[in-house]
Amino acid sequence: MPYFLRYPDIIFKLTLQHLYLVLIALSIALIIALPLAWFLNRHKRLSNIVMGFFGIVYTIPSIALMIILIPFLGLNEKSVIVALVLYSQVILLRNILTGLDGIPKTTIEAANGMGLSTWQIAWKIQLPLALPVILAGVRISAVVVVAIATIGAKFGAGGLGTLLFDGIAQAGRTDKIWTGAIIVGLVAFSLSRLALYLEKRFSYPV
Amino acid sequence: MFTNLINTFVLAWQYTLSHADEFILALREHLFLVTISMIVGILVCVPLGIWTARSKRIATAALNTVNTLRVIPSLAILFLLIPYLGLSSTSALIALIVLALPPILINTDAAFRGISPAILEAARGMGMKPQQILFQIEFPLAAPVILTGIRIAAVEVIASATLAAFVGSGGLGIYITRGFALYDYSILFVGAVPVALLTLFSEGIISGAQKLIQYPQ
Repeated sequence: MPYFLRYPDIIFKLTLQHLYLVLIALSIALIIALPLAWFLNRHKRLSNIVMGFFGIVYTIPSIALMIILIPFLGLNEKSVIVALVLYSQVILLRNILTGLDGIPKTTIEAANGMGLSTWQIAWKIQLPLALPVILAGVRISAVVVVAIATIGAKFGAGGLGTLLFDGIAQAGRTDKIWTGAIIVGLVAFSLSRLALYLEKRFSYPV
Repeated sequence: MFTNLINTFVLAWQYTLSHADEFILALREHLFLVTISMIVGILVCVPLGIWTARSKRIATAALNTVNTLRVIPSLAILFLLIPYLGLSSTSALIALIVLALPPILINTDAAFRGISPAILEAARGMGMKPQQILFQIEFPLAAPVILTGIRIAAVEVIASATLAAFVGSGGLGIYITRGFALYDYSILFVGAVPVALLTLFSEGIISGAQKLIQYPQ
């Protein structure tokens, strides 16, 4: 009997763990990236420095980054989540900044002229107008984060990577690897589909 | 903490010097994996991208295929190939090629699609043959966007080539897995720092090439 029919409970648990890692990491990443990008949009020179920094972080191999974080955060899912947050920053920031740049200056000026406060402009004008591009960033980073989260299994974070590493450690257990690979693919595919749906749903007619 | 970091860098440097032969071999293996997979990626995706830009139906099929392949983590692809291809560099190469395909294909497709029809019509009107149009008009105009795709692919491939160490294909990843096994940061840095530098270096070269061939708009 195939592996996924024999142990649906294990697979379900690992999938939930994987989703937990990905969703927590994406939420934290968005909570950091939204205000940061809003701030960088007003300070262009600083924006080059910050983007350069996260660009360099993105070049560090994921296993290495997680290992570097372990002495500070311990051999658990915390190190993995922080690594995932760091990786998604560069993608999210770039897309949010593009989205904010794409808003016509006249729109902001009109809002200003109507007496909207900076906060109101950010919340009621900039966010809704930039939302499709922001969600495109979320979609790309979701696929990246789902993939990198598999490596988290090596660092005690569980998730579907467990099936991959177990399958390779136990000779001849290709069924575990196939199961893990297919379910990870499905998770990434459904998350990106969901983001794509939201992207279309929140696009304003131009 | 800061002195600790500097100390680790110094230890990493000493380790590199004392293992110079092994380091150079690892670097060469790494560059071999990256070069071959990038060349295959470019040879497959640039012609394919030109084709998809001309036909809507093939575009949907090809782009969906590479995007589906892309959602499978490279680690999983690597592990899946081992039972069939063994612990070899072929497994690592295939996983890396799969990683390199989507950015190059998507950008080539977008670049050729983005060329204004008026320019092509003008070229045709001047009596240029399809081959001349392709090499003298379309390629120069599409090159900057294609190079962006190649740059994105190169960054991912250079960083992910470290995974090859898991399957015994060497590369700079051996220092990362060794550093993890021995819990020694200086050894980890011997792998991670050169990889980050290689990535930045390749980004610099490609964006330099991009500026050279960029047409004034």
